[in-house]
Amino acid sequence: MCLAIPGKIIELVAGNPNLGTVDVVGVRRKVDLGLLKDEMPKPGDWVLIHVGFAMSKISEEDAQEQMRTLAMLGEADQAMQEVRGYGMDDADGHEKPN
Amino acid sequence: MRFVDEFRDPEIITKAAAEVHRLVDPGRHYRFMEVCGGHTHAIYRFGLKDLLPENIELIHGPGCPVCVLPMGRIDDGLSLCQDSNVIFTAFGDMMRVPGTHGSPLEHKARGADVRIVYSPSDALNLARANPDRHVMFFAIGFETTAPSTALTLLRARVEGIKNFSVFCNHVTIIPAIRAILDSPDMRLDAFIGPGHVSTVIGCRPYEWICRNENKPIVVSGFEPLDMLQSIVMILRQLNAGEAKVENQYKRVVPWEGNRAALRAMAEVFQLRPYFEWRGLGFISQSALRIRDEFAEWDAEQRFQVPGVRVTDPRAAQCGEVLKGVLKPHQCKLFGRECTPEHPIGALMVSTEGSCAAYHSYEHRKQLLTNIQTAA
Amino acid sequence: MAHGAGGKASRKLVEGLFIPLLAPQPSQLLGDAAQVQINGAPLAITTDSFVVKPLRFPGGSIGELAVNGTMNDLAVSGARGEALTVTFVLEEGLPTELLEAEVRAMAAAADRAGVAVVAGDTKVVEHGKADKMYITTTGIGEPLPGVKIDARSVRPGDKVILSGPIGDHGITILLARGDLDFEADLRSDTRCVLALVEAMAKEAAPGIRWMRDPTRGGVATSLNELARDCGLSIHVLEQELPVRDEVRGACELLGLDPLHIANEGQFLAVVAPEYADAALNALTLAEGGEDARIIGDVREQPAGAVLVITGYGASRIVDMLVGDPLPRIC
Ligand code: SF4
Repeated sequence: MCLAIPGKIIELVAGNPNLGTVDVVGVRRKVDLGLLKDEMPKPGDWVLIHVGFAMSKISEEDAQEQMRTLAMLGEADQAMQEVRGYGMDDADGHEKPN
Repeated sequence: MRFVDEFRDPEIITKAAAEVHRLVDPGRHYRFMEVCGGHTHAIYRFGLKDLLPENIELIHGPGCPVCVLPMGRIDDGLSLCQDSNVIFTAFGDMMRVPGTHGSPLEHKARGADVRIVYSPSDALNLARANPDRHVMFFAIGFETTAPSTALTLLRARVEGIKNFSVFCNHVTIIPAIRAILDSPDMRLDAFIGPGHVSTVIGCRPYEWICRNENKPIVVSGFEPLDMLQSIVMILRQLNAGEAKVENQYKRVVPWEGNRAALRAMAEVFQLRPYFEWRGLGFISQSALRIRDEFAEWDAEQRFQVPGVRVTDPRAAQCGEVLKGVLKPHQCKLFGRECTPEHPIGALMVSTEGSCAAYHSYEHRKQLLTNIQTAA
Repeated sequence: MAHGAGGKASRKLVEGLFIPLLAPQPSQLLGDAAQVQINGAPLAITTDSFVVKPLRFPGGSIGELAVNGTMNDLAVSGARGEALTVTFVLEEGLPTELLEAEVRAMAAAADRAGVAVVAGDTKVVEHGKADKMYITTTGIGEPLPGVKIDARSVRPGDKVILSGPIGDHGITILLARGDLDFEADLRSDTRCVLALVEAMAKEAAPGIRWMRDPTRGGVATSLNELARDCGLSIHVLEQELPVRDEVRGACELLGLDPLHIANEGQFLAVVAPEYADAALNALTLAEGGEDARIIGDVREQPAGAVLVITGYGASRIVDMLVGDPLPRIC
């Protein structure tokens, strides 16, 4: 219900503490940082932008972790296949539908 | 990281889809509601249905602010642009939504000063640049958008900009979900929770769904991998007999939400006792009004608005579609009287509207494959 | 009237009003230029009006568009533009420097395109009755040897070639209007594509079945028109679509689809499979054709529709655009 896009803060606008310039793959716009005033972002931070306002700081750490989890989906699957290859059931003792 | 491409990686998408297939019980039919119209759009845009097992049915929810706005509100807002001193501003999303006497774009074609803005702050800038005119911002949106309007009004007050007002149509998502769950003809297994609204309200407000209704809800991002991962998380909960709130979209959504945004909203808005939603009727405490302290900037208090109520054309079944009871193509008007070129309901206008999404992305595909299989 | 941005509405206008009244027996399918015979000599002729705001924008101006646009309409109809006529409609009070700048821009563009401007006309309308300046150009051209453009000759298995990155013009204009307050290092792609078409025709003329310059309404609209005219389906591989980062960024921010954004210096070609490599090679070797790609192919189903296939094998229908591309927030 709300289009929001990640952008990187490239600079804070001199003379207006609430504005920062963000870059979205080569497109720049000044966005209002006022909604993040509890934890003001700095240049180099990534923020989620909606209607010209930064809504939240994006956590690279969480994103990396998500990617790891996602990569493991397949691995777990593979491990499972290997286990099956040895004719064993899943850890919980049930034969999972394949 | 760019936080976009990574989550569209074809190889990982294929893996995640395989995981979904592995987790489903083939003997069971699943009904998941994606609350947010952004998810509806993503599902069609990324062709996600092609990746999911057939027994997972995705039900489109009410989270499209344009779609749920009753026509009377549009008429009320547009009544103000009859005054040639008024500049009517709104997001591009509103521009083609039909009012009784046409859409904002049609009003513009007839001479009204109607402009598209990308941000409420752009509307305020327009007021700064046109001190002799009055700039009215037709605000729509859920809790994601409301804080931006709130902050803009706070700025207008600080700077004493008097030629600016907001026609406030902000709505809140939780009462809408409640209304859907109360609807007797609705059977759902789980919710895909709205990601961007949750950046503001956090994840706690959904806990009652799990507690009272015993249904899982996973707050989800909007990239293909986000949505697939959310479906994996839902299936794991269902398979384990659990029902809890999970946050798939951790990189963006803090569990507690955005306190500064909530404070700005609380300072400027208060809950309306009730508000009319298209198709869902009146829902109590489901929308925001501008507090009396900001009356000067409230278009509804500052101007005479007719306060009209317009009923939708009788055959239009927007309400049923919004509640997920009917699929878009099951509406009697779908693709006949109601098309993207001649929309009757807003669901056919907004790219988030399930009718428009279904019409442009899916309808013909299905129709054509039906013909193909019949032939 | 809301027929400006190409797509469905303008097609309806053409088919519902102009053709029935002005050309009840059209000699051919709707293309970008018409073929006429004069004393047995075949000629291609086309006309186009140019309305753009702002008049000047990064990478070009209305005068350049007016020359390139008409040359391109001829080129994608398989003709080399030989002569142009030009009509200016000017708003009273337009600064002469502005007009002069555009006339100079036209002269330079005509020079680059290798075409002569042979006749012209000017009308001045009352202040407020036009927005500064409109330009209409009409072009006649000579058919390129061996090139025959006809949507009905398109067959399943044919390849779809795109000459370069899409969306540059439309996004540049959107940003140049300034209402959005976005900045990007982006330029309109306006150029005459005749040299590229000729380079391709030299190597692959017998294999070229259809061409179109995807201006208003973008690639999606042109391909939908093709799908309808040939009764087949166009499958586009999303990963093969050349889109500049800045265009992608702007489209993401504004909720637009690059496939719906206007281009002024690109063309689409459908080429028989046995000629596809030769055509693509010729393009990529020609100056300005380096980014050309095969973006998809023609299939039988779903007939009459354009299907975009994602990198992970899912698909979606892409329709023509309804009205202008409007920025959206939800
Ligand atoms: S097809 Fe039109 S009338 Fe029917 S539900 Fe959708 S928007 Fe409403």
